[in-house]
Amino acid sequence: MNLKKLITGESGEKLFLLGNEAAVRGIIESNVSIASTYPGTPSSEIGNILYLLAKESGIYFEFSINEKVAMEVAASSSISGLRSFTFMKHVGLNVAADSFVSTGYVGTNGGMVILVADDPSIFSSQNEQDTRHYSRLANIPTLEPSNPQEVKDMIKYGYELSEEFKIPIIIRCTTRVSHMRGVVELGKYQKEKITDKSSKNSNSHWKKGYFEKNPEKYVIVPNIARELHEKLVSKIESIEEEANESNLNEIYSINENKPKLGIISSSSAFNYCHDVIVEDNLEIDILKLGFTYPFPKNKVLSFIKDLDGVFIGEEVDPIMEKEVLAIIGESKLDIKVYGKTNNIFPKTLELSPDIVRESLNKIIKEKTKNKEIQNQLSGEILDLMDKLPNRPPTLCSGCGHRSAYFAVKKATEELGIADENVIFASDIGCYTLGVSPPYETADYLLSMGSSIGDGHGFSKATNQTVVSFIGDSTFFHSGIPPLINGIHNKSNFVVTILDNRITAMTGGQPNPGLEVDGMGDEAPAISIENLVIGCGCKHVKTVNPINLKKTIESYKEAFNHDDLSVIIAKHPCTLIKGQKKKRKMKIKKDKCNNCFDCVNLLACPSISIRNDEAIIDETCVGCTTCSQMCPNKAIGVKKE
Amino acid sequence: MNQTEKNKENKTKKNKNKENKNKIKNLSNSSDFLKNSYTIYVCGVGGQGIIKTSTILAEAGMKEGHNVVTSEIHGMSQRGGVVSTEVKIGDYKSSIIENNNANMILSFEPIETIRGLDKGNKNTKLIFNTTPLIPPNINSQEKDYPKVDTVTNILKRNYPNSYPIDGNKLAIESGNILSLNMVLLGATIASDGFPLSRETVIEVMKENLNEKFHEMNLKAINLGYNAMQKQKKA
Repeated sequence: MNLKKLITGESGEKLFLLGNEAAVRGIIESNVSIASTYPGTPSSEIGNILYLLAKESGIYFEFSINEKVAMEVAASSSISGLRSFTFMKHVGLNVAADSFVSTGYVGTNGGMVILVADDPSIFSSQNEQDTRHYSRLANIPTLEPSNPQEVKDMIKYGYELSEEFKIPIIIRCTTRVSHMRGVVELGKYQKEKITDKSSKNSNSHWKKGYFEKNPEKYVIVPNIARELHEKLVSKIESIEEEANESNLNEIYSINENKPKLGIISSSSAFNYCHDVIVEDNLEIDILKLGFTYPFPKNKVLSFIKDLDGVFIGEEVDPIMEKEVLAIIGESKLDIKVYGKTNNIFPKTLELSPDIVRESLNKIIKEKTKNKEIQNQLSGEILDLMDKLPNRPPTLCSGCGHRSAYFAVKKATEELGIADENVIFASDIGCYTLGVSPPYETADYLLSMGSSIGDGHGFSKATNQTVVSFIGDSTFFHSGIPPLINGIHNKSNFVVTILDNRITAMTGGQPNPGLEVDGMGDEAPAISIENLVIGCGCKHVKTVNPINLKKTIESYKEAFNHDDLSVIIAKHPCTLIKGQKKKRKMKIKKDKCNNCFDCVNLLACPSISIRNDEAIIDETCVGCTTCSQMCPNKAIGVKKE
Repeated sequence: MNQTEKNKENKTKKNKNKENKNKIKNLSNSSDFLKNSYTIYVCGVGGQGIIKTSTILAEAGMKEGHNVVTSEIHGMSQRGGVVSTEVKIGDYKSSIIENNNANMILSFEPIETIRGLDKGNKNTKLIFNTTPLIPPNINSQEKDYPKVDTVTNILKRNYPNSYPIDGNKLAIESGNILSLNMVLLGATIASDGFPLSRETVIEVMKENLNEKFHEMNLKAINLGYNAMQKQKKA
């Protein structure tokens, strides 16, 4: 499919869309004016597509420096009367939380939708937290789509709801919804005329709003906040009525006879429950909830009141389950609840059809259909499975991180510092892959930007040598305050900013260090070196990590300082397109003595052992790191 | 639209919501549900074109009037990690294939076939590329990469519908190693019981990929198709 179809597709047309693509169509159909994000899997593709389509669809789009700023951009745009959209991964909402929690108090004018993508099973995150806690923490209504069609439709409905009740709306996705593809029927899209309400002439491609001052509503000093909190609570009560009547909450029934068992489910979990119940012909009614906060208590009560027992199919935490238990307690009903708290469903990781069947079986064993087809893996297959080597993701051929890791290890070795006395504080990005052998350059990790705060802590708490690794985008995101903190508090450690000129792990988005913005336009690049100097750092050195000798020397020098030093290891990510091709490397057989240092110390995907000889294959990008580190000078440029 | 109009519209919507309030959706019965369904587990290593291949298969299913859902795991896809997608044609809501239920396992790499076997059963069609991609950190692991012949023989012995394809060789023959996914796509459409027509799949391939490569891709699809035909006869 051509992505342009997300703009040109006509009402009624069916496209096969990724959940994240459907989200883009949803905001286009909703005539959103302002969109902002910090990239994070599984929500990243939304930004990648907006990078290409924002201008044509009348949207201002930016990759904000972090999620908190993205949240603030969306909130202030909304209060200026524009429809705004911000999106992030679940842990991104932690970063945004400080501003986010107040958005319910100050409310909205133009509709504001916040899409948060949770990652049950932790496919690409540092934890498995459940965004639905934040719905309750901040009193923000929440919708949970279960497929791409619903992602699009719920975003549209979210804007109507937001404008009706003047409150932001969360769309909670999961990896399996954001990264699911399905058939999506498009709705109507009529591009709005771009107007400028401020009466000043404007040549921007997006609509401009107008901010009408009202400090008694928008400036949350204590006496105003107290009043607004009260209003927010009563607002949520009226939205609960809306949730009770919403057709996003619907009952699926297998036949006319009212079964004695039911299941309440939402999001991707609903899909698994639905398919198992249909496939096994189970007599269980389903209440699918799409509007899950405020919790539709009356709707749920009318669904469960004649049941003997109710299953709760939800992913991550038992949130709906506790709501249901409260309803049962309040109404003094005698209904069994089968969920996570009593171990019918697993308490962690995502669900699947298999897990749902297993969970249902704990209660209705005799009624489930026996699966006819069983996979009897034979002994020799099981044996082979046991022997399979792992295939962890690795640093790419020519990645500068590899060279930086090699250099820092070499420097500590040459200075005679034992491995166990070097603490590597790592961060969120490709460089986290340094945790694996042979690099072993990640010893501690909490969150985005934590490497510098952690490094500072280690340097105060121990006498060990401390090195922090942080990427360029992550440094901008949340590395600057802890750097200032470390310098001001006279810390002694080495910060390495791995500047690969891109936000690599999430798929190559630009960041403030580059001369391009979120819509592909020219933008002023912010110099990391100047920033570091501005923070008061006395020892800053920018090196190309591919130059091993210089990088090793820089580390040795940095370790000899007794205050904080910063090494900026600057080398563009090899996945950036359009880079000049370099000549590939080759092993000179006459000089190689099969020490395999290149294989064992670099773990480069292009170098392997075949027939007891090290070889460099066609995937080599010519970074020359191997030729510099080879103790026998046996690696040189390949003659083309 | 001014505010009154907007409110009016919201009101009608609300009423519509209320009308639907007591509507109960009927679930289809099990036999209807499973009729016309076909599931493919596609697996391999990041960078081999797995996501594109599954999208082409799914869009072809949609073009022939079926409901389709797929699931894909991104994130590590460009860094040599394991990548898998699940293509489900039929009235499914879940995008995950149940264990033992895949009609086909389409594997881009020999040992990734083994890792995917939980999804299959004795009747599952196994189409797999025989060129190995050795994990770059193999020397720091205790486990060796098994011999490809051993893997192929064990699979053939245990799964009567095993079809090893020398995909890399055929891709190079068609003009570029990058058309490996097209070779395997060709083999897929030649397999017995595959529900979509060759024409539809080729049409969708053309919609999805750059015109510059159509000729080469067609050649690769044909090479894969013929390789599969030959195996079926053998």
